[in-house]
Amino acid sequence: MTAIPAEPDQEERLQAAFDATIARRDRIEPRDWMPDAYRSTLVRQIAQHAHSEIIGMQPEGDWISRAPSLRRKAILLAKVQDEAGHGLYLYAACETLGVSRAELTDLLLAGRQKYSSIFNYPTLSYADVGTIGWLVDGAAICNQVPLCRTSYGPYGRAMIRICKEESFHQRQGYELLMTMMRGTDEQRAMVQESVDRFWWPVLMMFGPPDAQSPNSERSMAWGIKRNSNDELRQKFVDMTVPQAKALGVTLPDPDLRWNAERGAHDFGEPDWAEFAAVIRGEGPCNAQRVAHRRAAHEEGAWVREAATAFARRSAGEGGR
Amino acid sequence: MSADRREWPLYEVFVRGKRGLNHVHVGSLHAPDDAMALRHARDVYTRRNEGVSIWVVRADAIAASSPDEKDPLFAPSGDKVYRHPTFYDIPDDVPHM
Repeated sequence: MTAIPAEPDQEERLQAAFDATIARRDRIEPRDWMPDAYRSTLVRQIAQHAHSEIIGMQPEGDWISRAPSLRRKAILLAKVQDEAGHGLYLYAACETLGVSRAELTDLLLAGRQKYSSIFNYPTLSYADVGTIGWLVDGAAICNQVPLCRTSYGPYGRAMIRICKEESFHQRQGYELLMTMMRGTDEQRAMVQESVDRFWWPVLMMFGPPDAQSPNSERSMAWGIKRNSNDELRQKFVDMTVPQAKALGVTLPDPDLRWNAERGAHDFGEPDWAEFAAVIRGEGPCNAQRVAHRRAAHEEGAWVREAATAFARRSAGEGGR
Repeated sequence: MSADRREWPLYEVFVRGKRGLNHVHVGSLHAPDDAMALRHARDVYTRRNEGVSIWVVRADAIAASSPDEKDPLFAPSGDKVYRHPTFYDIPDDVPHM
């Protein structure tokens, strides 16, 4: 399925057909010719996205056994199960580009592919489950909705499924926080403390400022990305401010205020040095997250082997 | 790492949303055999009552037209506009047409 070596004039013709498809805002499908750099950019982005869903199961998974009621436990289980499903949709989309699932898993475990920096922060209190749903999933939705129109067909289709399901994630988080805000002073303080810890890392989820995001421009030209990092960050802040007000929490940014001239909120700059450090592997939980993923993978090896052995034996007995 | 793990075949998954509709392609997954492919498809693609029936098909069993032949392959229907009802002029006052 990789590009067949082409004659120079054929190569030009293929490139022209590809460019025309992109210009029409039409979709590229797996068996179409595509430039190598388009393919490798997609593999990197979709793999990172898939890994984020899978690693993202951990911070909340830590609270399943400690959820305060059966209702909350069932909700949290369903949500974490969804994240696994989202990871699988995305791995499947990535595989249409010619990489294998096993390769992607190996690259994650070897630290050669990344996942979202946000999952390297710990969940210290139960309120974090609500904050992750409200802010982390809210930011993810902001990022993902435009990706439903991304130029690569399988990626866009995976995003459509994910966005549909993600809305439940955000609402359950907000509802959880609303419930806590109606509780005791101690519970309200837990919510505020959680929001204080997550706010800045959540703003970093949109990636570095446009001026320092070297690949952005090309990804936009190819229709892989539809909005810039800063545009999406602004949109998220504008959406979140009234939600915070309704909830009764303060967003921990002294520079956050409405700017009537721009018709948007001004807000402070995240600590990009911290962002870079977390990406480099120096966040609070990087090592733990990958170690946990590796252990789960290794401890599940016997299941994969048993299923393979069973399939082989059944096939030998007159199955296919 | 065993070669076996890497070679679980790829299946394409088709779901019938409700009775009366066609099965529609929804995505793909890996499984060691047909029975596991169905179970995985249930877990991955129908967590919210999206279907009443699932087909799984080994991806290597699907024959597909090549994108390069798109033009010659579909050309025979391109110039046959008379296959469409709008090709025919019928006066507006003729009912039920």
